[in-house]
Amino acid sequence: MDLDDQANVNRLAEGADAEEMVVILGQPDPNSAGLFAETVTRGDPTWAGPLAGVPLGLPVYHILEPEIREHMDADLYQEHVGLMELSAEVDEIIKWVKFYREGGGDTL
Amino acid sequence: MNLKEKKVVAIGEREGVNGPSLRLLAESAGASVVFSVTQCFV
Amino acid sequence: MVDPAILNTSYVLAHAPDFVRYGSKPTREIETDPSLLTQVGEALRPWDEVVAYPPNQTFIGNLTPDDLAAIARPWLENLVTDAKPDGPFGRIVSQAALYGLMKLCDDFDLLTITDAVAEQARAELTRFEHRRDQIVGVSADELATVIEENDGFELFHQGELAGFIRSAHERDASLDAHVLFENLACKATAVLAVSDVFENSSVNPEEIDYMLNTGEEAVGDRYQRGGGSLSKAVGEVVGCVSATGSDIKAFCAAPVHALIAAAAMVASGLHKYVVVLGGGSQAKMGMKFRAHLRNGVPIMEDCLASMAFIVGPDNGDAMRIRLDLTGKHPIGAGSSAQAVYQALVADPLERAGLKMTDVDRYAVEMHNPEITEPGDSGDVPKTNYRTLAAMAVLRGEIERDEMDEFVTRRGMPGFSPTQGHIPAGVPYLGHAHESMRRGELKRAMVVAKGSLFLGRMTQLVDGVSFVVEPSQELTGSNE
Repeated sequence: MDLDDQANVNRLAEGADAEEMVVILGQPDPNSAGLFAETVTRGDPTWAGPLAGVPLGLPVYHILEPEIREHMDADLYQEHVGLMELSAEVDEIIKWVKFYREGGGDTL
Repeated sequence: MNLKEKKVVAIGEREGVNGPSLRLLAESAGASVVFSVTQCFV
Repeated sequence: MVDPAILNTSYVLAHAPDFVRYGSKPTREIETDPSLLTQVGEALRPWDEVVAYPPNQTFIGNLTPDDLAAIARPWLENLVTDAKPDGPFGRIVSQAALYGLMKLCDDFDLLTITDAVAEQARAELTRFEHRRDQIVGVSADELATVIEENDGFELFHQGELAGFIRSAHERDASLDAHVLFENLACKATAVLAVSDVFENSSVNPEEIDYMLNTGEEAVGDRYQRGGGSLSKAVGEVVGCVSATGSDIKAFCAAPVHALIAAAAMVASGLHKYVVVLGGGSQAKMGMKFRAHLRNGVPIMEDCLASMAFIVGPDNGDAMRIRLDLTGKHPIGAGSSAQAVYQALVADPLERAGLKMTDVDRYAVEMHNPEITEPGDSGDVPKTNYRTLAAMAVLRGEIERDEMDEFVTRRGMPGFSPTQGHIPAGVPYLGHAHESMRRGELKRAMVVAKGSLFLGRMTQLVDGVSFVVEPSQELTGSNE
């Protein structure tokens, strides 16, 4: 994750809104989705940025996950996510994001 | 996960679903978006 | 109205291992952790491996995209035997040659190189006749004096001290040595690509009326940081004496904007011949070096890339640009992937009564996945092709289980260096031309996108597209 964005997320996670914070991801493939999920839960696994070794443990979801989708406007969802739903490896993406959300360790 | 009244951090990607799209979707579920970004690596 | 066409294409890769340390990311990281410099040095590839690397061979035309698709990954481990640095529409040049090009492009004595490097440069810069007498170097003592007396930084060649680049002004960040180095490298690589594009062309440099530069560099000083017109600077070196030029600034999408503008200039009769050019991005050298080091693979962002195209009236052996089939992403269109591809792909095709399946090949962001995957940035071309296939499904043109076939048949593996504007669809054009000449291609669409939000002036994305088809005479042989 971009280092400035890591800093921003870190700052927000310590701020007034922290209790109600949820991260929603839009990456199109399992590796990058997993990387981002890990970064905001266990810390930056590439040890490059402000979140290196900083486990924020934030609730993180991917936009493809049904539990995130269900309360969103259906037409808007189709318009903005419809293509990725068809083109991406949906199950793999959800698997990895869920893995880190649920406190997953070094391997699946 | 009921997003109503949650504070969303939207991390989008240009080749996937981008920040502005995630914002619209989160707001449609009653959340407010406190930070939104679109990553572009190339 | 004239029928505008792309008459010639040329592509250059300049091997620049000692430039990697001065890419934007490596510069910042090495400053924080100097031990990285040794690691970088150990992870760089030698000349032979760079030449034989399949994506590089594809970039210059010795392999077709289909040839590349048939080579097993990792390509790093399946180098081409007897690979040549010269291809049908491109070439790979050495770092010495690059230093020589930069020196002859240097009108303000910004760059100093040693006698040894200059001599090597003169020997290795072949098939290039402009300003050769300006490839001169200095003795070690003179270099030491330059280093002592100027602000700037040292340059290296094969690990040894080889030169110096100086800042042009003490208190102007836009004329700092790093900026000037970046701009000079961009100019030099563009100069070679433009010089080369005339090699197999019936058009001469003196016949060029206008030039459009498309790189993402910023040429200027503190009062006009992005003044531009690198196009004219390049034209001067290669003898385009009848031309003036300007620069198109549109992030990565600039080359496609420029080719469309060039085609419009030709079609209207405003200009007869227009050169569209783009130099290398020194800032992006070694951009993903951390991921490469972490994964134990070589640092693959070790070449500056450049390109040039001649646009003019269709001469019977060219690629026609269909100005009635261009796509743009309007400001009001919305930023979802669907809105973008509707605007760039579906709308222009619909206007012409065509379907997505009437396009034989799409050229999207052509980044080499071997460079991007170690950092978990994915396979950008594949993601784009999958999205196009999904679009075709939503439009009822193909079935869901035909998506893989759509991607294989109408897409291709990425083979371009991650040099910003360079990969944006246009690396395919040389191949498209060859395919058309062989009667294998009837219609290709180039689709480019730009991340305007990176400049923090807007959240918008941009995109633009055009379609190319063979000249009528080539079409005759296609039937």
